[in-house]
Amino acid sequence: MKKLINNLIQGLFLISSTVTTLTVLLIVFFLLREGISLFNESPLEGENILAVHSKNKVKTVSAEQIKNIFDRKITHWSEIGGSNDSIILFTSQDFDTYFDADELGSKFEHLPRKIDSLINSTPGIIAVFSKKYIPPHFRGKLVEVPDVSLSSFMSGREWFPTAHPAVQLGVLPLVLGTLWVSLIAILIALPIGLATSIYMAEVASIRMRNLLKPVIELLAGIPSVVYGFFGLIIIVPMIQDIFNLPVGETALAGSIVLAIMALPTIITVSEDALRNTPRAMKEASLALGANRWQTIRRVVIPYSISGISAAAILGIGRAIGETMAVLMVTGNAAIIPHTILQPVRTIPATIAAELGEAPNGGIHYKALFALGCILFVLTLIINLWVEYISRSRKNR
Amino acid sequence: MDIPIAKLYRDWNSFSILGFIMYKGIGVISWEFISEMPKDGMTKGGIYPAIIGTFCLIGGSILFAFPIGVMSAIYINEYTKHGYFRSFIQLMTSNLAGIPSIVFGLFGMSLFVNQLGFGDSILAGSLTLGLLVLPIVIRTTEEALKAVDDNFRQASLALGATKLQTIQRVTLPIALPNILTGLILSIGRVSGETAPILFTVAAYFLPKLPSSIFDQVMALPYHLYVISTSGTNINDSRAMAYGTALVLILIVLILNLTASAVRRYLSKKNNIN
Amino acid sequence: MTEIYPHKIESKDVNLYYGNFHALKGISLSVEKNTVCALIGPSGCGKSTFLRLFNRMNDLIDDIKIEGECLIDGKNIYSKEVKIDELRKRVGMVFQKPNPFPKSIFENVAYGLRVNGISHKTLIEERVERSLKQAALWDEVKDKLKKSAMQLSGGQQQRLCIARALAIEPSVVLMDEPASALDPISTSKIEELIYELKSQYTIIIVTHNMQQAGRVSDSTAFFYMGELIEYDLTKKLFTNPSDTRTQDYITGRFG
Repeated sequence: MKKLINNLIQGLFLISSTVTTLTVLLIVFFLLREGISLFNESPLEGENILAVHSKNKVKTVSAEQIKNIFDRKITHWSEIGGSNDSIILFTSQDFDTYFDADELGSKFEHLPRKIDSLINSTPGIIAVFSKKYIPPHFRGKLVEVPDVSLSSFMSGREWFPTAHPAVQLGVLPLVLGTLWVSLIAILIALPIGLATSIYMAEVASIRMRNLLKPVIELLAGIPSVVYGFFGLIIIVPMIQDIFNLPVGETALAGSIVLAIMALPTIITVSEDALRNTPRAMKEASLALGANRWQTIRRVVIPYSISGISAAAILGIGRAIGETMAVLMVTGNAAIIPHTILQPVRTIPATIAAELGEAPNGGIHYKALFALGCILFVLTLIINLWVEYISRSRKNR
Repeated sequence: MDIPIAKLYRDWNSFSILGFIMYKGIGVISWEFISEMPKDGMTKGGIYPAIIGTFCLIGGSILFAFPIGVMSAIYINEYTKHGYFRSFIQLMTSNLAGIPSIVFGLFGMSLFVNQLGFGDSILAGSLTLGLLVLPIVIRTTEEALKAVDDNFRQASLALGATKLQTIQRVTLPIALPNILTGLILSIGRVSGETAPILFTVAAYFLPKLPSSIFDQVMALPYHLYVISTSGTNINDSRAMAYGTALVLILIVLILNLTASAVRRYLSKKNNIN
Repeated sequence: MTEIYPHKIESKDVNLYYGNFHALKGISLSVEKNTVCALIGPSGCGKSTFLRLFNRMNDLIDDIKIEGECLIDGKNIYSKEVKIDELRKRVGMVFQKPNPFPKSIFENVAYGLRVNGISHKTLIEERVERSLKQAALWDEVKDKLKKSAMQLSGGQQQRLCIARALAIEPSVVLMDEPASALDPISTSKIEELIYELKSQYTIIIVTHNMQQAGRVSDSTAFFYMGELIEYDLTKKLFTNPSDTRTQDYITGRFG
């Protein structure tokens, strides 16, 4: 009996210990399930199809071309391999301009026929309308729009998930925005963090350290919205003033806020690394006449360099995944940034800002899960990297 | 020798954020502020429902994460030997810890809200947050157990105690101060997380208290986000935002102080040092 | 070497491996009832490992392999029928460093009783008092039984650990360098105690200190590099060792 209870409890412990693994697997499963199904979707919204005149030589039009056509950046079929006709746009929003309401009948029963004759009489037309309006003996030609592909998703330079009539799902600006903001954050945070950790590990008195340690722990515990709020009311206007910008919500603002947020992590991890330098090594250096600063530079830092780099990578990982603070201060424009004084939009911020508006199960929803997959992979690589560094340190 | 940059930075960093928000927020905090519903498009009134909502989420997620986390750490540290199983579990735990909070939000939405049909609810939000802090609970508990001198375990086993008796009567009581500290710090994490609750529980404006675990609630961090970025009158609700930010900081501050007090009290009681 | 029957404790051709390291090489040794056996030898010779065979503390180590038989009262303690916690109740152990639990003095001694399911209050009180008296600690602590054990001095802590081991009424007591962390006065108290205890218990003690082995033990075993070099009555081994390595060690030429 007693043995049975012992075994039961041990079984309970065992099951608990697998929860984290299960969670990771479930996260992978759910992200992939929604994210991968994106790649069988047509970028045309709803049940729409794309039709042209029967003589038109163009066979496929990509989502990007559709956007340029409807933005009037492409105005002639010749630009995408067709005849010299200029392109005439027709979408379901144009029903009223082309047809009288009476002609269409009360239930739009005459609409298919009307569309058919319109397309047949207009050589330069490009028509986007719902599948259900395809006429029985259609004289026009349906043009293929390639499904969203992994390569177009990864290399696309435009992110307009609600664009009309074809959504633009290119993550390049978001990925670059994320990396850009995070890297600059680390460039700002690393020297400051390192200086502080050296100060705390090697210079500060015990009293000073006992004073600083809780403050740093407190900073680590402050929620990211509070940092975002602080950035919004202090750093954003400051940047706007200093650089004389129309808006202060920029990549730089995001980087500064992220740098402040990454500091506690960097300080704690690299201070631990610095402290692990064997006393004997430091004493040997001092005994040879090196002063304290030389000892730090030539013995302590080289000895703990792997710990310091782990701190830096960990900091980047935090920065890449950070959502709320970045969302609040970077301006969220989905463009590929050229300077740090432009607004950018990061992957987490995109998910946070758009998921609420994306209809459940739609292409936009799936695209956001695909973004989640990218984010997951990025942070997974970083985690494994840090794990690798710290395990090889342990083995040393 | 002193390094001036470090000193300069230290003063700046620690005092500017904390100091600024305290300075601006202290005037806003009053009994009304923490005990009343928000009014007039969240420009007046209080943040009572957001405080209650945050407490609900803390309670729910800790109820879920704490037992599982502690049992998991006990299994890893006390029952497994060094080897593949242990390193695999530890690797997965640290991977889970590194997953960004917004990904937890996505996951919580698709599993708890949609797949399991909990809807936007305290239950879905608590489970999502619980999974988020689980690695923290596991890691701090593991550290706490590791810090228990092996001599104590051996002494207990040598007296004929079983493994479970040893854990229950010797290892856990000695590790308790550090385990509790970890628990308190994970409460801090839960109270401040926004991204995981965006799509699983948080309500924009809901001036009533929840009546079951399937209700939506307001939560402090989401409330701060809303009134500082997307409210209808951002300027009018600025004072409320300062107050909310200060309340969040105070929660973290109180938790940190409690954690160190608990650690000190219990280790004095055990007289370990 | 004299054969005396019955042997309380016996090992028959025991081999022990840590991974690939052969730590104990074919050890056969027997200890008779109500005597003290000292295990001596240089660090890393396997004497502590050998000691820990008899309450199966080595089982806690990963990647270990044990061959041969260890017998207590003629029964192999590594056979499948033996329950490990039952065994450890019969075999008390005192560790190198005093390791009282961070509990009160009373609870430390009562611990072994409680985990073995004894909850009768007066019985526990009686046993605690008797054990503390046996460990020659009662007079020093009787007025502060509720105080934390961590407040005691090192020597008192070690005697408390002995009392803790005695409370569950073992028949064998294993001591792993019990006095190595203590000052000379505490050490002599522990040694007197060992001398007293042997009327009721069979004791194996690992020690670094040759004088101590000579003072407290009836028989002595000399270990070297995982082998049992020589085992004999203490008087004989210290005055007239038969192996030159034993001679070298006890005269201080190595170790």
